[in-house]
Amino acid sequence: MSTHEPRWLRWLLVGVALAFLALNLALPLAAVFAGALAKGLAAFRSAIAEQDALAAMRLTLTVAAIAVPLNIVFGLAASWAVAKFDFPGKSIVITLIDLPLAVSPVVSGLIYVLLFGLQGWGGDWLRAHDIRIVFAVPGIVLATMFVTFPFVARELIPLMLEQGRTDEEAARSLGASGWQTFRRVTLPNIRWGLLYGVLLCNARAMGEFGAVSVVSGHIRGLTNTLPLHIEILYNEYNYVAAFAVASLLAGLALVTLVAKSLLEWRFGDQLAGAGH
Amino acid sequence: MWSLRRWRPRSILPGFGLTFGFSLFYLCIIVLIPLSAIFVKTAGLGWHDFIAVALSRRALLAYRLRFGAAALAAASNSIFGLLVAWVLVLYDFPGKRIVSALVDLPFALPTAVAGIALTALYAPTGWIGALLAPLGIKVAFEPLGVVVALTFIGLPFVVRTVEPVLADLGIDVEEAAASLGAGRWQTFMRVVLPAIVPALATGFALAFARGVGEFGSVIFIAGNLPFKSEIAPLLIVQQLEQYNYAGATAIAATMLFASFAVLLAINLLQAWDRRRMEA
Repeated sequence: MSTHEPRWLRWLLVGVALAFLALNLALPLAAVFAGALAKGLAAFRSAIAEQDALAAMRLTLTVAAIAVPLNIVFGLAASWAVAKFDFPGKSIVITLIDLPLAVSPVVSGLIYVLLFGLQGWGGDWLRAHDIRIVFAVPGIVLATMFVTFPFVARELIPLMLEQGRTDEEAARSLGASGWQTFRRVTLPNIRWGLLYGVLLCNARAMGEFGAVSVVSGHIRGLTNTLPLHIEILYNEYNYVAAFAVASLLAGLALVTLVAKSLLEWRFGDQLAGAGH
Repeated sequence: MWSLRRWRPRSILPGFGLTFGFSLFYLCIIVLIPLSAIFVKTAGLGWHDFIAVALSRRALLAYRLRFGAAALAAASNSIFGLLVAWVLVLYDFPGKRIVSALVDLPFALPTAVAGIALTALYAPTGWIGALLAPLGIKVAFEPLGVVVALTFIGLPFVVRTVEPVLADLGIDVEEAAASLGAGRWQTFMRVVLPAIVPALATGFALAFARGVGEFGSVIFIAGNLPFKSEIAPLLIVQQLEQYNYAGATAIAATMLFASFAVLLAINLLQAWDRRRMEA
């Protein structure tokens, strides 16, 4: 597209925009990798292979492995209900889905502590049965689910709304059962949007800090996810190790971004709603 | 023929009961019940105590810091975000695709990673901090640091909300205005700006809302000195650590109300935006 600005103005605007982005985005990213390698490759490797770091990695992956699929199921169910049917209170449901995005992560963690903590509603019952939710893995999973469940649903709902019901209704009138319709007609239509939503959901699930921090109790080696481990390392002034672990997550973020761009580039027209 | 049971979804598609039921169930368990715990707990606190904690001097200062910083960051993001969106939509330059992908970095990067990166950058020994120190400008561990962190966090919001509107607006409108004799600046002010104001406002509100609640990226760079540079979410965590559940809940409830208000504002803004687009 060509516009009417004189060339110098165009380049000035581009320059300022790029400078702003470089300052705010590229520099911090570079700082992570620079800090990780500040003491050389050996220090980097030992920081990553360290016991607690590995435990944190395992926990992060476990939490994501539970939270993301559950959120996918929810996302599919919710978008099917919202996009293919009309019912009163639809906008309330949609607002509820958006809720976690407006709530501070710390509050998100707090509500589970309130509910399941020792002084909470279910506290006595849980203690009697020796089930620990808060300050243990289930609490972390729940808090992560709260924070990340909108992502898949928010991606799918506009997409399915845009695609309408005609394909599915045609399939039904040709005799397909509900499940068949879903698997053979709907899923292929939404698969790139679904993948996109899963990517975002996963990135957020692995990186969540605030909510998990409140719920986890910070027990080293047991209830520390990767982001929490980074915090501990940093607070102990163990900067190189902190940045080393951080660079793992930063790498994951970059991979997510690349995958996201590829999806947008090749299947942009099948992803509803421009950009996020 | 009007059916009395109009609530029945009239569709030959199956699965409404199943999907709607499951969604509702999930929402209840994950969202509604835990959230209501806050309100019930707050109600049990008694009005007096609630006010005493939620509006204590320390809390008020924390709110002021947080809301002020979030507003500043959102404003700066609005200006530069508009610029970035403009540049991305209307111009071509080498590396454009990479830049566009990079804009989403704050979404994909874990907040804790962003937090330590920004702190390292702006600390007196950091790359940028060292540059600013001789000028007497301190960023890390000062309120300014919070603004910087929130700028990072909110950056994508304005860009991504304004981009589609700019793209839709298209060159035709601009050329039409230009052909009618409007100068460059006039075209921008009278034609482009009004069209994107709703999107800008929405982006600002989203960035602001995110900034108000943000924890991970801010906690490292904020000074966390009580009464000076403490952030509200940290206050909640501290109350929790002292087992002062009531206090933590009171502050959390206040922040929740603020979040709901902003969410409502955002929804209204988006509805305004949609009506504009259809006009």
